[in-house]
Amino acid sequence: MSNEGKMDCGRRRLIVATAAVGGAGAVAALVPFVSSLLPSERAKAAGAPVEVDIGKLEPGQMMTVEWRGKPVWIINRNKEMLETLPKLNDAVADPKSEKQMQPDYARNETRSIKPELLVVVGICTHLGCSPSQKFKKGAEEGMTAEWLGGFLCPCHGSTFDFAGRVYKAKPAPTNLEVPPHYYMSDSRILIGEDKKGA
Amino acid sequence: MAAGNFEKYKSDGSLAGNLLEWVDARFPATSMWKGHLSEYYAPKNFNFWYFFGSLALLVLVIQIVTGIFLVMHYKPDAALNAYGVPVAFASVEYIMRDVPGGWLIRYMHSTGASAFFIVVYLHMFRGLLYGSYRKPRELTWLFGVGIFLCLMGEAFFGYLLPWGQMSYWGAQVIVNLFGAIPFVGNDLSILIRGDFVVGDATLNRFFSFHVIAFPLVLLGLVAAHVLALHETGSNNPDGVEIKANKDENGIPRDGIPFHPYYTVKDIVGVVVFLMVFSAIMFFAPEGGGAFLETPNFYPADPLKTPPHIAPVWYFTPYYSILRAMVWNFFGLDAKFWGVVAMGASVVVFAFLPWLDRSPVKSIRYRGPIYKTLLTIFVICFVILGYLGTQSPSYWGEKISQVCTVFYFGFFLAMPWWSRMDKFKPVPDRVTMH
Repeated sequence: MSNEGKMDCGRRRLIVATAAVGGAGAVAALVPFVSSLLPSERAKAAGAPVEVDIGKLEPGQMMTVEWRGKPVWIINRNKEMLETLPKLNDAVADPKSEKQMQPDYARNETRSIKPELLVVVGICTHLGCSPSQKFKKGAEEGMTAEWLGGFLCPCHGSTFDFAGRVYKAKPAPTNLEVPPHYYMSDSRILIGEDKKGA
Repeated sequence: MAAGNFEKYKSDGSLAGNLLEWVDARFPATSMWKGHLSEYYAPKNFNFWYFFGSLALLVLVIQIVTGIFLVMHYKPDAALNAYGVPVAFASVEYIMRDVPGGWLIRYMHSTGASAFFIVVYLHMFRGLLYGSYRKPRELTWLFGVGIFLCLMGEAFFGYLLPWGQMSYWGAQVIVNLFGAIPFVGNDLSILIRGDFVVGDATLNRFFSFHVIAFPLVLLGLVAAHVLALHETGSNNPDGVEIKANKDENGIPRDGIPFHPYYTVKDIVGVVVFLMVFSAIMFFAPEGGGAFLETPNFYPADPLKTPPHIAPVWYFTPYYSILRAMVWNFFGLDAKFWGVVAMGASVVVFAFLPWLDRSPVKSIRYRGPIYKTLLTIFVICFVILGYLGTQSPSYWGEKISQVCTVFYFGFFLAMPWWSRMDKFKPVPDRVTMH
């Protein structure tokens, strides 16, 4: 045939156009499937703040409450615990809490509103395990002799002090997160909200 | 030799013969039977190491059948029941205690998961021994790597379903790994979980992946793996191409029909395998805490991580590699590099066909360099696996770093060292030992 090898350009353009439209349709069809993987409206609505009564929390004690499915620790630090903090300024990665892991009102030496009461999300900033309490000084709980007390993440060995500050050269990149919270009264905290008008 | 155009079946006049002729005219029944079994010629010198391919297929069948029956009783629901126990966890306990035979089916499935990895690791090691990944079998190898990846996904998704402490925290850690990817990481891990924390949405989608999506892909890949193998023909312990030497009928002189010779041989392997499998299933289904980890007998508690968490044994070498990365490079977190190293340690297998430059395939004709390095590689793999089960420690970290360097060195330096070795002459025909 004489016209063998010659292309019908009009027909070819139509084929390309059809394939492009079909391809765009196929990609558009992904949208409902991918979006169905995102958190549902119910999951988004589940982040209500939690009210906690801390009246019975003695100095040196810690309590855990659930907020947005995560553990939040409230620690009533005693004098001894607070005294360890300045000593560790050289041992921790971010002593002055420069990274945004806390609201501005908790960006201080103790990472808290009231010096003794620490409120932090008890989730390691490495891969999300919940660190365990290693409150006793020294090697008694399997830590080193120089240990001043704090938390050890069982998964990858990150250590944190009594202000949730991460030690240097550990897998966790940042200090523990301080959630937004405020004191409704002396013995009641609301976790999950900043104080209105503050 | 692959399923080709064999002659259609001609009936001998019997009823069965007529039926087969009728089918054969409409479906390649005879052609497939001959191409893949009765006239698929496999090298006659297969040894012990060649059991594991068919055993992997057997375990796949066990997992699918037991899985079908488990799904009849299992409920993927993280909500608490009237007794304050998550429904998913309670439904597994229900299977174990109240469903007749349920405990056995569940132990078959949980033992099968570990058995799958044992068999697949040995099957992959066979590939390393005899150069099964070399030209012309690169695609068979790549499909195999795909199967391995798919299997890891399948195992990971399945492990969340009992909704125990290890299920929960294991998933928490692995999903958070994706959070280490710059810019998109955080959103990606939310997309995987379907929530801001591992929860009911996560459990349901993992269930869907575990019972539908991944098994479908897995079956497709297994079919592709076998089809690619049957296209090129099997390798053998001598690494000799049997197709290079055919008789006057075009049949390889060193080949024997897969059926009945290897089907019968493989039955011996199946019997021995099932004896070991049953012994574990009946007498040590928890594998001393290696197959079913102790914390998983406690229901998931989002507020408390068990004091010691470790992945199941088959993931521990990669977990050690993840933990070994403690340095920040190029302004990116050590966490990100840990994830990269872990992913790379699995994917690097895919490049083997192009990394290995030795003129011979089989270890039988390779020299001391390969034998030494392969031995060290296996030792490193086992050490990494052991350390992955242990709590983090100073020396554990140092040793796993050394092993990680060797692990990658073995692959990445292969183009150089695989050429330097002292090789022995490869025979023309396969040998029998």
